[in-house]
Amino acid sequence: MDMTDVDYSTKIPNNIGLAEDRRVLKALEQWHPGYIDWWMQMGPEGFQEAEVYLRTAVSVDPKGWARFGYVKMPEYRWGILLAPAEEGRVIPFGAHKGEPAWQDVPGEHRALLRRLIVIQGDTEPASVEQQRHLGATAPSLYDLRNLFQVNVEEGRHLWAMVYLLHKYFGRDGREEADELLRRRSGSADKPRMLGAFNEATPDWLSFFMFTFFTDRDGKMQLESLAQSGFDPLSRTCRFMLTEEAHHMFVGETGVGRTIQRTCEAMKEAGIDDPNAIDQVRALGVIDLPTIQKKLNLHFTLSLDLFGAEISTNAANAFTAGLKGRFEETKIDDDHVLTDATYPVLEYVDGRFEEVDHPALSAINMRLRDDYIKDCEKGVGRWNKIIEKTGVDFALSLPHQAFHRHIGAFSSLSVSPTGEIMGKDEWDARRNEWLPSAADGDYIDSLMTPCRNPGDYAGWIAPPRVGIDSKPGDFEYVKLA
Amino acid sequence: MTALIKQHLIDPEICIRCYTCEEMCGRDAISHNDDNVVVDIEKCAYCMDCIAPCPTGSIDNWRIVETPYTLEEQLAWDELPEQQEFAGDDDAGALEALEDEIESLLAEAHAGTGGKPVAPKSASKPSVNLFSRAHPATATVQGNFRLTAEDAEHDIRHIILDLGDAAFPVVEGQSIGIVPPGKDDAGKPHAARLYSVASPRDGERPGHNNLSLTVKRVPGGFGSNYVCDLKKGDTVEITGPFGATFLIPNDPGANIIMICTGTGSAPFRAFTEHRRRAMLSAPGRMLLFFGARRPEELPYFGPLKKVPKTLLEQHLVFSRLPDKPKEYVQDRMLTVADDLAGLIGDDNTHVFICGLKGMETGVDEAFAAICRKAGLDWSALKPVMRADGRYHVETY
Repeated sequence: MDMTDVDYSTKIPNNIGLAEDRRVLKALEQWHPGYIDWWMQMGPEGFQEAEVYLRTAVSVDPKGWARFGYVKMPEYRWGILLAPAEEGRVIPFGAHKGEPAWQDVPGEHRALLRRLIVIQGDTEPASVEQQRHLGATAPSLYDLRNLFQVNVEEGRHLWAMVYLLHKYFGRDGREEADELLRRRSGSADKPRMLGAFNEATPDWLSFFMFTFFTDRDGKMQLESLAQSGFDPLSRTCRFMLTEEAHHMFVGETGVGRTIQRTCEAMKEAGIDDPNAIDQVRALGVIDLPTIQKKLNLHFTLSLDLFGAEISTNAANAFTAGLKGRFEETKIDDDHVLTDATYPVLEYVDGRFEEVDHPALSAINMRLRDDYIKDCEKGVGRWNKIIEKTGVDFALSLPHQAFHRHIGAFSSLSVSPTGEIMGKDEWDARRNEWLPSAADGDYIDSLMTPCRNPGDYAGWIAPPRVGIDSKPGDFEYVKLA
Repeated sequence: MTALIKQHLIDPEICIRCYTCEEMCGRDAISHNDDNVVVDIEKCAYCMDCIAPCPTGSIDNWRIVETPYTLEEQLAWDELPEQQEFAGDDDAGALEALEDEIESLLAEAHAGTGGKPVAPKSASKPSVNLFSRAHPATATVQGNFRLTAEDAEHDIRHIILDLGDAAFPVVEGQSIGIVPPGKDDAGKPHAARLYSVASPRDGERPGHNNLSLTVKRVPGGFGSNYVCDLKKGDTVEITGPFGATFLIPNDPGANIIMICTGTGSAPFRAFTEHRRRAMLSAPGRMLLFFGARRPEELPYFGPLKKVPKTLLEQHLVFSRLPDKPKEYVQDRMLTVADDLAGLIGDDNTHVFICGLKGMETGVDEAFAAICRKAGLDWSALKPVMRADGRYHVETY
């Protein structure tokens, strides 16, 4: 059978020959109603009947995976799609480097691998839960559609991880798959596994920042899992990355359009001082210092997702060939790292300095550094938007030690510029650096829905290009 | 002058550096540094595999160049350079097709525009040449119906093609290519035939990923006979979509004057159907001047009678009616000269002419006469309308 074509003969579209794999098919069909229940309960609130112009993959080859059409979200064809197998693929790193990639779970690494898949899987439904109330305040039908595209694809990514659990992890896998539907973002009893995924997403600027910063962590994690010696995981993640790109796009352009509108409004009103916050807010746009505070918050919450700087677990996962580094195959080293070192930023004797550590135990750190570089480039592109309008302001990433809750810096009180201070002073100045309740109230006051095709809320600029090259007044969501 | 080249480029202001295109490219034509993602013209095969996966649309940019932009130049860009103007060369307009064969067909069809054709300002951005002779899409014939009466001189057909899973987005006014299978007498592959799409962007039937064509059987013509003889269930290889200027304006306030004969009605059927489906109460007027010998020879005569006058003001004009003097489209235009003069003087009005080349002169003279009567100068107005994307000719 041609593995690039999607099989729609089973309830679950797939390109993995599910129809011939009765055991897994049955397990997934039993899981399916629970998933739909979860989606109806925890998915986008109030829009389950709307016709949304969504992208659905009909095959994993380039021409077929971006098919656009109106779909009601509960009828979206969530499926299991793996990137085509690479013939003769070998494990690209770790102790098993050069050996043929595993098509089955290597017994000795079963628990670790399952843990990696469950953690990845848990983030997918979590973000859908975090974003479920945003539809009510969407600044346009275009943005509403983009939100829903992100949501259904996070749903599909959950499917992807659940497939791996059902297919390769037997009874344990089934239980873990069920648990993924039981945890709830922000719940006191049964929270999602990672901190940033239990935070609220109260407004659209948070949503854009979340998709830029937190989904970018997701991208980095997927990139490193796409290197995995466990071939089904690698192929799953490779196809997920093509979808993840849309989420990056929503975040980067969402923040970019917010900045654009703010700068334009300032110029129109003749306001040159970006710190004239009251004057700028009187224009009904989000002032740049508040955007910086939101950036500080979401960037630091996302840094916490990379775990401890020095980690034996991460070293084990690398050596075992389960989880590689960002762009592993493009890195010029031996990919085994037995004797290699990596500089890790630490707080030593009252100052920050780089200390060499065994590269293996600093794997998380390396991924975090690559992540920061990726973020910096995006922030640079936002600054170009500001520059072009002539407003004198630049956004920047805060210091890595600022506002941390996990890792070596979590016990320190550090300003965004890296200044170390007492906890009292930090607490007193917190609202200079992170969104205050009043900032939140102001942003909240702007969050009024805009539902006429082609119209945009006053705080955000329209996009430069429509989705699927559609014209500006295209009706991206037909409300029921 | 040096030959002009179509170069594939990425808009650095819209690109988010996700590198999905780079992963998709089977020829390693796409690469990046810390700043930009760039396309190597030496390696790019125009296969279009990178277009659909791009989340931003930044990948779908093209420039006609004399000397291609180098990778170093592209890597240093903050924004995409404007399209250069090439003096005295009509080729430097919007990119209508990537295949030279098709582009020359379209250039010939648009020659009557009298200069570089320009798309209406409010037109949707069209996708161009997603499928090529080397990588065609396969369509299945869903229907093939004769539009003209059995005793009519011409056999004009309405052909519906199911596009299956192919993503083949069409904007009203675009064409597709059909390459008949096999070889010609000289042992070469057949030349591609170009047909205007007669259905709107959402398909002959909304949500069914299909499109329709209006094709006249030319006696002895190999291509038209191949297409007109297609049967339900047959598969046919198609290329395209093609054309980036003869496009419907999206602005609901745009007045659209459509003048056609025969199968030239195909794009106007698409225009009308799009307005009917997507903007029924649009304030802009649509006028159709459609000429044929007799009602029995006018494609879509029956369906046209059901289109409400509030949507489409119809002037169906016949040149071979018994007991009636011959009337051609230009004659009818003169009888409503005042109305047309009023429209022509309005910046919201677009003129589209489609049909046989022979009709161009008569229509042009009619416009000149209408303008003279109203104190306007057609020879001055026409180039302004053309440059503004409001005057379009597609004739063959």
